[in-house]
Amino acid sequence: MYRDMIGRKSEKVKNVVERGHVRRFAEAIGDLHPIYVNEQTGENSRFGRNIAPPTFPRVFDYGTVEGLNLPKKGLIHGEQNYHYERPLLVDEEIYCYTEVEDYYEKSGSNGLMGFLVVKRYGEDARGNVVFTEEMITIITEAVRKAMNV
Amino acid sequence: MKNLTRLHTGESLDDVTLEPVIRMDLIKYSGASADFNPIHTIDEEAKKAGLPGIIAHGMWTMGNLAKLFTPYYEEGFIEDYQIRFSGMVFLDDVLTLKAEVEEHTDSYLDFRVWTVNQKGKVVIKGKVRFSTYD
Repeated sequence: MYRDMIGRKSEKVKNVVERGHVRRFAEAIGDLHPIYVNEQTGENSRFGRNIAPPTFPRVFDYGTVEGLNLPKKGLIHGEQNYHYERPLLVDEEIYCYTEVEDYYEKSGSNGLMGFLVVKRYGEDARGNVVFTEEMITIITEAVRKAMNV
Repeated sequence: MKNLTRLHTGESLDDVTLEPVIRMDLIKYSGASADFNPIHTIDEEAKKAGLPGIIAHGMWTMGNLAKLFTPYYEEGFIEDYQIRFSGMVFLDDVLTLKAEVEEHTDSYLDFRVWTVNQKGKVVIKGKVRFSTYD
């Protein structure tokens, strides 16, 4: 049951904000701005280097929360919230982990809907939080029944 | 380009209307994000999931919406970006990205942000807090 998972965390995983990946990601969202991809623009900026788009943390590895099994199909992405202390810098190392923040259920037109709130953290090498990401996933009754949870 | 820090409450950034959504947009985003859920790329899988056709990743639309702010990277950065996914985006949909100032203080601007399709239906909506540098 998801409620038992509240408070559980994954181990931290080291990620790198890879230049090539930032370019591919920026292209995929139609935002090939020079601040993301042009080294000269990055060097001349206040950051002294290129930065990554705000939704880039989607690509990081946050490790796995032991015992948390989510269906591969049938999930609905309800909400996504980012908080930043500063922009992500190209080539920097970011240490990521995830925590199950909450789980609750509500009755809706499709039966009892489960809401899983997962919070993800990205820290610099000194352990300062650079960003957090909160994701609310909706799990429909049909999917939960199929999974026996 | 507007000077962001001079915008007043109720004023908007210039709207951006995207090209019609094509399958390759979603294939590229699947690869770049490693979100390979097939309801975003393969017709049969979308139909099996009860959808009339493939739908865009919500995060693709959210990623697109943020680009309204990219040109202002020298004035500040996105400190908070909150989105609720309220409608599905299908192939050939024409999306328009919007942002309007809700509050302007010495240290940040709060924007109401949203994306509408060609029928005027809101597909994602939320808030951006754009923190300004001194």
